[in-house]
Amino acid sequence: MSAGNALTRSAPWRGTAWVMGKLGFSGRSLVIAIPMLWLGVFFLAPFFVLGRISLAEALIARPPYTPLFDRAPDGSLQIIASLENYRFLMTDALYRNAYLSSIRVALVSTIFALLIGYPIAYYIARAPEPKRSVLLLMVILPFWTSFLLRVYAWMGFLRSNGVINNTLMSLGLIDSPIQMMQTDFAVYIGIVYTYLPFMILPLYANLTKLDGALLEAASDLGASPMVTFFTVTLPLSLPGIVAGSMLVFIPAIGEYVIPALLGGPDTLMIGRVLWDEFFSSRDWPVASAVAIVMLVLVVAPIMWLQSVQNRREEG
Amino acid sequence: MSQPAIAADTKPWRREGARAFISVRGVTKRFDDFTAVSDVDLDIYKGELFCLLGESGCGKSTLLRMLAGFEQPTTGAITIDGEDMARVPPDRRPTNMMFQSYALFPHMSVEKNVAYGLLREGLAKSEAYHRAGEMLRMVKLEKLARRKPDQLSGGQRQRVALARALVKRPKLLLLDEPLGALDKKLREETQFELIKIQETLGVTFIVVTHDQDEAMTLATRIGVMKDGKIEQIGEPREIYETPNSRFVADFIGSVNLFEGTVEAVAPDMMRIETQGLGPVLLPPQGGLTRGQQVWGAVRPERFALSRSKPENTPNAWQGVVEEMGYIGHMSQYRIRLANGVLIRASQSNRLRDEDPISWDEQVWISVQPSAFRVLTQ
Repeated sequence: MSAGNALTRSAPWRGTAWVMGKLGFSGRSLVIAIPMLWLGVFFLAPFFVLGRISLAEALIARPPYTPLFDRAPDGSLQIIASLENYRFLMTDALYRNAYLSSIRVALVSTIFALLIGYPIAYYIARAPEPKRSVLLLMVILPFWTSFLLRVYAWMGFLRSNGVINNTLMSLGLIDSPIQMMQTDFAVYIGIVYTYLPFMILPLYANLTKLDGALLEAASDLGASPMVTFFTVTLPLSLPGIVAGSMLVFIPAIGEYVIPALLGGPDTLMIGRVLWDEFFSSRDWPVASAVAIVMLVLVVAPIMWLQSVQNRREEG
Repeated sequence: MSQPAIAADTKPWRREGARAFISVRGVTKRFDDFTAVSDVDLDIYKGELFCLLGESGCGKSTLLRMLAGFEQPTTGAITIDGEDMARVPPDRRPTNMMFQSYALFPHMSVEKNVAYGLLREGLAKSEAYHRAGEMLRMVKLEKLARRKPDQLSGGQRQRVALARALVKRPKLLLLDEPLGALDKKLREETQFELIKIQETLGVTFIVVTHDQDEAMTLATRIGVMKDGKIEQIGEPREIYETPNSRFVADFIGSVNLFEGTVEAVAPDMMRIETQGLGPVLLPPQGGLTRGQQVWGAVRPERFALSRSKPENTPNAWQGVVEEMGYIGHMSQYRIRLANGVLIRASQSNRLRDEDPISWDEQVWISVQPSAFRVLTQ
C-alpha cells in the first residue's frame, strides 16, 4: 500500500487518477483492462466469428459461406443458421474417428512425456546449484531452433536411409530398413520430443519446492526410498503432474505439423482434418464446427481437472 | 559434592562400569574441507534425556543426523543397544527423529501422519490407526485427528511431530530443537510435558538445542559443544557450578571472569592474584601450581552486596552502583570498583519492603571463598 501512496502523492498522477475516476475508471480496472482487451480481440471475437460460420452453409462465393442475415423472397429479414454441420460431424464416422484418434495420440504422448519427463525433472531439482542451471538450460535450449526445423531433423533420423536405419544396418542388426517414417510411432516421437520441456518445467518448479526434510522423515519412519517416492514425493508433485500433462495434452490434441510431416496417410488427427476442410474442401462452416467441437473437447477436461483441484485444496 | 545414595540407580553414568546404551566412539564428520564433528566420544544411558547444547554451527545437529543415519561418520563408530550402526540405513534404525521444521506430511491428515510409521512396519491398518489414536490422546490431539497439518497451530503441529516420532516406540528418540518454533510461554509448558512423556514411556531422548535454559530444564545430562567438539559433559548442576573452561562458564548463564596467577597454595587455603580484584583467598583446588595462569569465575548471584563491610569473608571490595535493573524476582547490578573494573552481580528480591541498594550508592561487594571457581583454560 505504501507504494500506492507514493504514487498518489505525485501531482500528475493524482490529476490523471482524478479524471479517470470521474470517467468511472479506477487504477485496478485499467490494469485488468489490458488482458481483457487482449483476450477479447484475439480469443473471444474470433471465437464468435468461428461459431457464427459453423452455423452457416458452404457456398462457392466470397466469403465461402451463407450470410447470417438475408432477405427472404417476400422482402422480410431472415436469419439463416442451422446445426446441420454439427449433425454432420456426429454422423460421419471420419470425424468421430479423428477426434478419438487425436485424443488417443495426445493421451499416449502425455503419458510417455510424463514417464520420461518426471525422472529428468526430479534429477534437475535435486542437482546442486551450478549443475542445476546448466541442466535447465539444456532443457530449454531446443527452443533456440525453430520447431519446424527440429521436426525435419527427426525426419533425417527416422527415414529409411536415415541415421537410425543406417546405423542398425551397418552394425548388422537388421537386413532391411525398418519403416519408421509415416507411422504413428514417428508421430509419438515427434510429439513427445517437442512437448517434453513443457512437461519438465512445471514438474521441476514443483519438485524443487519439495522439502528434503519430508523425505528424511519418511525414511526415518521406516519407508524405503521406493515407498517414500510413492507415498510422499509423488502425491506432493501432483499439481506439477497436472500442469505438465495439460501443457502437453492440449497442444498435442490439435497438433497439425507433426502428424503432417512424420505421420502416414492413415494417421488421422483432427488438426489435419481441420486443414483439409478449410483449404482442400474450402468448406469453412464444417471446418468451423470441427474447431468448435475440438475446443469443447479440450476445455471440458480442463474445467473438470480444475474443479477437482479446487475441491482438493478446500478439502 | 555429596550425592544421595539413591542417585546411582537413576543416574547410571555415576556408576563405575555401567553399560552405555548409545556409544559414540571417535566420530568425525568432514564435509569437503569443513570438519563439522571432530573426534567425539559420548556414552548415553538407557532412559536418559540427554541434551546436546551449543551455538548454531557447532556440530550438534550433524551429530544427531549421524545417529539417525542421514549422515555417515567420516571416521568412528556409533552403536545403539550393542548394534553397530555403520551399515544400517535410516529406515532400519531403531531411532526416530522429531525434526526442527516438524516435517509433517502436508498431504496427510494428522492421523495419517502418525500412523505412517506403523504402516511401514507392516502393521494392519486398523491396528495402526488404533495405536495412532492412542498416541494422539496422549498428546491431547485426538479431536484434531482428521485435520491437515496446515490447519493446526504451531504448538499443535509440534505435538503431532512428537506423536509421530514416538508412536513406533523407538529405542532412541532424536529431537532437533523440539521447542525452537514455540513462543516463550508455550515453550516452558511444553518442556515439562516433554519430560513427563519421556518418563512415562522410558524412551531414551537426545535433544539438540541452542537454548541453555531449555537444556538445563530438560536434561539429565548436558553435552556442551563447540567447533565440533564436546567441551564438557555433565549434569546441569555440574555444568553450571563446575564448568571446566571459560567457554562453558560463559555459555551457560552469566559469569564474571578475572584473569590471574596462582600466588600461594596451602593445604587449607590458596591465594590467587587477579588483575581485576587483586588477591583472592579460596579453598585449594587440585592440580594447580604456583605461578600458573588461571581465570577466576564467579556467577553474578554469588556476589553479596551490603552497605557495611561484611565480616564473613575475606574477599570484599568497595564500589559504586553504576547501573541497576529491577526484573521482579531479582535485581541486576553493575558495580564499578575503585580500580575501574566492572562487576555483574544480582540479588534476589526476597522481601517486599526492604530498602534496596540503588544507583550511585557506595557499596561493599563480597564473595565467599567457595563460590570462586578457578579455570585453567
